[in-house]
Amino acid sequence: MRFLTDRKRAVGLGSAKTGTAHFWAMKVSSVALLFLVPLFVFTFGSMLGQPHEEVVAYFARPFPAIVAALTMVVGFMHFKDGVQVLIEDYVHGTMQKVLIILMICLCYAAAATGLFALARIAL
Amino acid sequence: MADVNRGNRPLSPHLSIYRPQLTSVTSILTRITGNALLLGALLIVWWFLAASSSAEYFTVVDTIITSVVGDLVMFLSLWALWYHALAGVRHLIWDNAIGLELETAEKLGWAVIGGSVFLTILTTIIIM
Repeated sequence: MRFLTDRKRAVGLGSAKTGTAHFWAMKVSSVALLFLVPLFVFTFGSMLGQPHEEVVAYFARPFPAIVAALTMVVGFMHFKDGVQVLIEDYVHGTMQKVLIILMICLCYAAAATGLFALARIAL
Repeated sequence: MADVNRGNRPLSPHLSIYRPQLTSVTSILTRITGNALLLGALLIVWWFLAASSSAEYFTVVDTIITSVVGDLVMFLSLWALWYHALAGVRHLIWDNAIGLELETAEKLGWAVIGGSVFLTILTTIIIM
């Protein structure tokens, strides 16, 4: 049995100082996506189902390419933070950490793949 | 206090006993739509990767994503995207401690549902 109470162990250590970082990151990325999502829906949406030459020519232009790149990067970073909260709520222990790491790595990979594809189209 | 039993104390029933309310259902849908968007997002990344690879590969992927099943996934993803966006706006408002009264919260809930359906139909008509 330990003789220190939880409170006694915590008093004097101050705050963790990073408690709001996750909340703030989600807030910033959500505001960014509020602008990016409508732009992406219309630019990407109008190209879905079009011939290959047309798609490549369209996403070689600066505006559609930059909108797509930003939406994919900011979107996957927003998803990374959001899915972490989902996992933290329902999965615990080692599996929780494993799943969070896997999902974060999947987001990094998807964002990188999207950027690589856009770079190859645009350049 | 450090060694009290935190593991298997009885919990009061919550999800299983309360009648679903507009506020709880719209909140749960925010989480479901946000996380389900992973599927559509990965399909779009695949589509871009195919477009950057070759015309043949692009045709394969574009045919899959614009098939009946693909269209259904993209249409539902579009609704999920608008729903999650509007629900996110609701959270940005709530973050300022505004609109938390039950009556206002329920109005905002209906606005999210109605707005997402309206925007989904509108964008589908425009980009078709």
